[in-house]
Amino acid sequence: MNGPGRKARVVVHLPQQARRGEIIEIRTLAGHDMETGFRRTQFGELIPRDIITRFACSYNGVEVFRAELHPAIAANPLITFSTVASESGTLEFRWSGDNGYAATHSAQISVV
Amino acid sequence: MRKVVGNAPVRSGKVKLELPPLIDNGNTVPLSVAVDSPMTTADHVSAIHVFVEKNPQPYVISAHLGPRAGRARIATRVRIADTGTVIAIAQTSDGSFWSDSVSVVVTLSACLEDGLI
Repeated sequence: MNGPGRKARVVVHLPQQARRGEIIEIRTLAGHDMETGFRRTQFGELIPRDIITRFACSYNGVEVFRAELHPAIAANPLITFSTVASESGTLEFRWSGDNGYAATHSAQISVV
Repeated sequence: MRKVVGNAPVRSGKVKLELPPLIDNGNTVPLSVAVDSPMTTADHVSAIHVFVEKNPQPYVISAHLGPRAGRARIATRVRIADTGTVIAIAQTSDGSFWSDSVSVVVTLSACLEDGLI
């Protein structure tokens, strides 16, 4: 389960250093069951939906990528995308979802 | 799909949707969408949407990107309920829509056969 009390686990993979103008690939993974809301318990009760609904990445405060997720995303949602390494700085990643789920991660990149 | 596209025509081409044609386990299927685009301020892909036709809720993901992405490619892992068609639609900065679809065969479905708790 991913109750609000549980610490969110996220993994982000991106190069620490890049040349200016280089396209870098960013892979992100968040630990989450992504309960669809379509499954039932053995007693026939519907298990309520509990998913991550939004993901966003900002590069030095400017949003460069955003996604809306739906129940058909597999558990532990993996999202891979790319961005242009324009300047050294911080990339911030935010996930949010049902039942108050929220997770953040930040990573540094140096552009040479 | 109409909610995303509206009444605009969707043309095939430019988009390349990749996922395995035969799926043992529909609970986690790797999928990638790449769009042929220069990704400049004047001409770029603004959004990529993925739908799985046979799912109880077909909408899978909508990704919003821009010229700062550099390359119009996303990858994720999805659930697929049954043998059918997976569709990717890309929206470009001039407002046109492009799509690609892939037929897949699923032997173990997500949603229905993922066991009791």
